[in-house]
Amino acid sequence: MRSSYQLDHLQYLESEAIHVLREVAAEFERPCILFSGGKDSICLLRLAEKAFRPSPIPMPLLNIDTGHHFPELNEFRDRRARELGARLIVRKVEDAIAKGIATPAPGEISRNRLQIPTLLAAIEEFQFDACVGGARRDEEKARAKERFFSFRDAFGQWDPRNQRPEVWNLYNTRVNPGEHMRVFPLSNWTELDVWEYIRKEKLEVPGIYFSHNRLCVRRQGQWLAVNDILPPRPGEEVRELRVRVRTIGDIISTGMIESPADSIDDIIAEVAAARVTERGARADDRTGEAAMEDRKRLGYF
Amino acid sequence: MTTTPSIEILRFNTCGSVDDGKSTLIGRLLYDSKSLMEDQLEALQRSADLTGGGQINLANITDGLRAEREQGITIDVAYRYFATPRRRFIVADTPGHVQYTRNMVTGASTANLSVVLVDARQGVTEQTRRHACIAALLGIPHIVFAVNKMDLVDWSEARFLEIRAEIEAFLPKLDAFRDVKFIPISALHGDNVVDPSRNTPWYEGPTLLRHLETVHIASDWNLTQLRFPVQWINRPHRPTDPKLHDFRGFSGQLAGGIVRVGQQVLVLPSGWKTTVREIWTPEGIEPEAFCPQSITLVLEHDLDISRGDMIVDPDQLPGMNTDVLARICWMHTKPLVPGRKFLLKHTTQTVQAVVSSIEHRLDIATFEPQPAPAELQLNDIGEVRIRTSRALIYDGYHTNRMTGSFILIEPGTNATVAAGMLRPPLEPAKLEYTDFVI
Repeated sequence: MRSSYQLDHLQYLESEAIHVLREVAAEFERPCILFSGGKDSICLLRLAEKAFRPSPIPMPLLNIDTGHHFPELNEFRDRRARELGARLIVRKVEDAIAKGIATPAPGEISRNRLQIPTLLAAIEEFQFDACVGGARRDEEKARAKERFFSFRDAFGQWDPRNQRPEVWNLYNTRVNPGEHMRVFPLSNWTELDVWEYIRKEKLEVPGIYFSHNRLCVRRQGQWLAVNDILPPRPGEEVRELRVRVRTIGDIISTGMIESPADSIDDIIAEVAAARVTERGARADDRTGEAAMEDRKRLGYF
Repeated sequence: MTTTPSIEILRFNTCGSVDDGKSTLIGRLLYDSKSLMEDQLEALQRSADLTGGGQINLANITDGLRAEREQGITIDVAYRYFATPRRRFIVADTPGHVQYTRNMVTGASTANLSVVLVDARQGVTEQTRRHACIAALLGIPHIVFAVNKMDLVDWSEARFLEIRAEIEAFLPKLDAFRDVKFIPISALHGDNVVDPSRNTPWYEGPTLLRHLETVHIASDWNLTQLRFPVQWINRPHRPTDPKLHDFRGFSGQLAGGIVRVGQQVLVLPSGWKTTVREIWTPEGIEPEAFCPQSITLVLEHDLDISRGDMIVDPDQLPGMNTDVLARICWMHTKPLVPGRKFLLKHTTQTVQAVVSSIEHRLDIATFEPQPAPAELQLNDIGEVRIRTSRALIYDGYHTNRMTGSFILIEPGTNATVAAGMLRPPLEPAKLEYTDFVI
C-alpha cells in the first residue's frame, strides 16, 4: 500500500498522453507518428513505447526532410528508429520540388513553407488518417487553442473557428475518407515538463542541445550556425561561440543561444530561469504576429 | 513505488461576462507570477505602442487568434500554462457570452476549479448565475468568486459583502461545490491576485494565487470504485521474446478506484469473473495502480474481452442499461429534436443512440426546468432520455466524471453535437450468470 494515491505533474501528463496514443491505435486504421529527432518527438516516442509495451509501437514514423536539417539530427533520427525496430518513412522537400508537388517562389530559400505540400503528399501517398505530433500548446498563441485531436479537411487545412469541442477525455476521432486528424498527446506539456521528463526517463537527446563550440553568423538579431547552406555574406559578423539550441528548426532559421549548459540538469535550470520563450529563437515564427496561425491553416505541423 | 508527489497539477477555468476582465486576470496571473517571457512582453509592448497609446494590455496575452484581435473578443477555449514552486497550473480561458455556453462546458469539463469573475459595480448578473450553474452541472468541486474591479467601488467592504450574500443565497439551490471562496480583487492593478492588497485591510483571506496553490485537490478523483474501461488489446505479434508469445494485456486509463494484483474482478457486460495477475504501469510492473493512471492489466483467465468492455469490482457494480437519462449541453447550430439518431461515445465504447425524448430544458439563470420543450437549441442545457444499441456501463456523473460522461456525434458530418452527463443508474448491473467462474 502506498501512502499517497496521487500523481505528480509528470505522471499525470504521461498518463494523459498514453491514453491519447492508445486512442489513436484503437480508432484509426493508418496512423503514423511524426518524428524529427527533436526533444518533443523524443518524449513522444518514449510515451509510445510505454503505451504499447510489450508490443512494438504499432505505427510507422514519418519525417519530412527539408534538406536544411542539422545533420546530427538526421543521424539521431535514423539511429533511434533502428534501435526501436520502427519503420521510418522519410519524404524530402527536394524530391517534392523535383516532382512539382512543392514550388518555391522566386528567390525563396526557406524550406519552411515547402514542408506543407510535402507532408500532405506523404499523407496522401500512405493514406494516413492520423498523424501524431509533438506540438505543445504552450509554444505559441495559435497552438493554445488547438485540440488534442485536431481535424484537417481534404485539403489538410485547419479551421480554428470550426473546431470540434473537446470535452473530458472523450475524443471524437471520426474522419471521412481523404480527411485526417493531427493528434497532439503533449498538448498540455510545457518546455520545462519536456526536459524534466527527459531527465526522469534518462532519454538521449542529440548533442546539439548541449553547449558546444560553433561558428555563428549574426543575422536579424540572432546567431545562426555557419554551414554550406548558410555561408556568411560579405560584411557579416562571424564568431566562434559556445552555443546550444533551445528549439530545432531548419539550419537557416534556428537561433543558437550562447549557453554553458552541457547537461540535462543545466538545461533544466536554464529553461526554468529563461526570460524568453523557446520560439523566440526561431526566425520562422517571428515574421509576423499571426505567422503560426497562417501556416497552420494551410496544413503546417 | 513513488514517494509523496512534490508538485501537482491544478486545472481551472475562468468565466465572466465580456468586460469582467477575464483575460486581464489571466494576464495578471502570468505577469505577476513571472511566467511571461521577455519576447512576449516585447510583442505586447509593440502592440501597445501601435494601438494602445503605450499602455500594455494584459488581455492581449491570451487573445490568440487573429479573428479575436480583430473583433476584440475571445471566441474559443484557449489553454495557458504557468507554474509556481508549489503547483503547475493549466488554465482554460473560456468566453463569457451567452451564446458560448458550449465553450464554457468544454473548458469546465476537465477543471478542478472554476474562477467566476463578478464585476463589483454590476454585482451578480444573470451571467454570474449561469457560470455558477454550469460549474455545478459539470461537477467542478471547487469554485472561486473573484469580485473584480474593486478599485472602481472604492474598495468597499460593504459592496463586497453584499455581492457575497447574494451569491450565498442562491448557491444552496445548486448543491454542488466542496468549497467556495470569495476574493476581492483588481485584475488591472493586481490587488489580491498574486500579492496581498493594501487596499483591502478588511479582507483576511488568501490571494487568488495563494488559494490556487493550496486548495485541497487530492480527493478530486474517485478512488473508491474500480472502473477500468478497456481501451486497447495488447497482443504482441511475433514477439522476439518467447515468454511474450501468449501475452494478452488489456490497456486503458483507470476511470475510478484502485486495482491490485490478486484482486478478483468482474468483466462487463459478460459478467465473467477473474483475477488480476499483473499490472503494467508507466513506471513498470507494480502491485497496484490507481485512477487516473494509464495501465495494462494481465488477467488470470484467457477471456474474450474487447474495447468498450469494463473491468470492475464485483462488489461495486456500475449501472448497465440501454435506456438512460442524461443532462446534455447541445453544441450544434442545428437544433435537437426527439427521434434523431447519433453515435454516442462513452468511455471507450461508441454505440448508436436515439434521443427518444426531451424531458425538460434547464433555465441556467434561474435553475428552473421548463418541461417538455419541442427542441434544444445551440447552447441549451436539457434533460433527455436516450436509447442505445448496446448497453452503457456507467455511473452517475456526480459519482464519477469519467464513467458518467459522453458525447454525441452526428453521423456523416462527424460533428460533436452534445456533451452529456448521465443521471445515476436506478439499479446496479444485473448479471445473467452471477456465479459464473471459468
